[in-house]
Amino acid sequence: MPETLIANLKVQRYDPESDNPEVYYQDYEVEVEDWFTVLDALIKIREEIDGTLSLRCACRASICGSCAMRVNGEAKLVCKTRLDSVWSPGESVTIDPPGNMPVITDLVADFKPFWDKVRQVDPYMQPTGPVPTAEYLAPNKDMVHLAGVMNCIMCGACVSDCTVLEVDDRFIGPAALAKAYRFVADPRDGKKKERLGVLNDDTGIWDCTRCMQCVEVCPKDVDPMGRIMVMRDMAMEEGFTNTSGARHTESFYNSVKRSGRLNETRLAIESMGVLNIPGQISMAPVGVKALIKGKLPNPLDHKIPSKAAVKKIVEHSEEPSK
Amino acid sequence: MKYAFWPGCVALGGTPELYQSTKLVLNKLGIEVEELTNATCTGAGVLQEKNKKLGDTLNVRTFAQAEQMGLPIMTICSTCQGTMAQAQLAVINDDGYLAEINADLADEDLEYHGNTVTKHLLWILVEEYGLENLKKHFVRDLSGLKFAPFYGCYLIRPSDALGFAEVPERETSLERVIESTGAEVVDFKGARACCGLPILFINQNNSLKMVATHTGTAKDLGADAMVTPCPLCHLNLDGYQGKAAQKNRASAIDLPILHLPQMLGLAMGFTPKELGMNKHMVSTNRLRDHVEALAAPAQA
Repeated sequence: MPETLIANLKVQRYDPESDNPEVYYQDYEVEVEDWFTVLDALIKIREEIDGTLSLRCACRASICGSCAMRVNGEAKLVCKTRLDSVWSPGESVTIDPPGNMPVITDLVADFKPFWDKVRQVDPYMQPTGPVPTAEYLAPNKDMVHLAGVMNCIMCGACVSDCTVLEVDDRFIGPAALAKAYRFVADPRDGKKKERLGVLNDDTGIWDCTRCMQCVEVCPKDVDPMGRIMVMRDMAMEEGFTNTSGARHTESFYNSVKRSGRLNETRLAIESMGVLNIPGQISMAPVGVKALIKGKLPNPLDHKIPSKAAVKKIVEHSEEPSK
Repeated sequence: MKYAFWPGCVALGGTPELYQSTKLVLNKLGIEVEELTNATCTGAGVLQEKNKKLGDTLNVRTFAQAEQMGLPIMTICSTCQGTMAQAQLAVINDDGYLAEINADLADEDLEYHGNTVTKHLLWILVEEYGLENLKKHFVRDLSGLKFAPFYGCYLIRPSDALGFAEVPERETSLERVIESTGAEVVDFKGARACCGLPILFINQNNSLKMVATHTGTAKDLGADAMVTPCPLCHLNLDGYQGKAAQKNRASAIDLPILHLPQMLGLAMGFTPKELGMNKHMVSTNRLRDHVEALAAPAQA
């Protein structure tokens, strides 16, 4: 039999009721089995070493969504994370509460901002038209597609690690936007355009940086960022084109269509809006400095030799078919 | 070693010093490249917002060109690398999808069979060229300098498309290459964060907060420069650092942002000017003076 395994866990602690509340790290050494999850180790610490350690967990089977926290700096559902995938003997593994939310105590975060955002997207069906005699029906293929989003267990891993929420807590965020998609893409919902109109506003779909951190940390493969990208296209298709985000995408697209390559200078000008004088002025100093350094990209297109063939491919992709 | 070279739109546009320094470094390393002058923009995830299949088609078109040349592709842009890796993953196990895309390429007599390997220069150095071989070309010891790595999102996420499970060393490749020059790696959380460029023209406040946070944190930890394999990150971290500091910090940050080949070039003995460091928006003068004061390179 192998010798006993001792794991070292460096756990963030915080007791709001202490005389001098502060965040600090406490090191624990705990005997573990090679099949332990991170949660198994934390529960063992709480039960056998330190009963004051607070954490949230319930099902231990990645269903309830209670135990998202940061493991070595990245959000994980700790019941789904094998200890040996994040820790090796001789090293220590760092456990923090989920990020982008206020900490209540130790590893327990306050999810109020999370649920507020979910409520903000009206997370319920709003059918319009005559009420059917039986239930509202949806084609099977649509439901199979939506099941990918409905897999979300609201654990908050994506919100914890969202790089936009880190700098702006008003951003609706990946979980609530994925939830919004669940209704926007449901053929039974009658408020698609209204929903997209709201999501198109500031703090909505266009504030995502496409950093893919939410895609990477989601324990259920919900792909929040992918859903946000689809909603951007849907919003533009519904006619919501008067945003820097929509102009940015259009400018990029048209540049590739014209020349095969990106025209960075036009992208900057067109995204701001050609008639947005304050916006243009705000960008000007960097543009002038780039010009002085001899590196302002040529505002004319950088055409590739086969631009005609590329344009044909792009035009073909625009034909309504399939 | 020979590669079909895809510099990407930004190395050919907003960061000409990346192109310039890459060419010098590759030449020194004896790595041959043939440029894909007829390849298109990868779409950078932006084109894909509007039409993912079109993005995949344009990238497959580039893969097919390289396949015809019988060469693997070298990229020097995290965003290109990641976008191309995602396109490759989308077609490689879906023959029907690949056939649809190939139909669109027939006019140019192109057909992709799935065989093109696309790697960022950073990965090529670690996985193929080898750091020991690389070090043989270093004539300046950069120890004493502290460099903060900054990967660029698309070179680390999504990990499945980037093959991290198969090639785990990719996850820490930038730190290892920095160490190979003798410089010390500044260990900071921002190394794998977002630079904010994709929303620069959409939500400038948020974008600049990201720039200020990452460059400011690295600077506070003692970094002499930041090193990135992504020219898009460079555009924001270098170009907008001054404005980001003004808006978000009490004082200037003034952290030079080096392209990966510029750091290699410094270790190889090239002058900062040869590497285009005079073209940066954030002054590189202090770093230049430091490097030039080091023992004179054995050859130039």
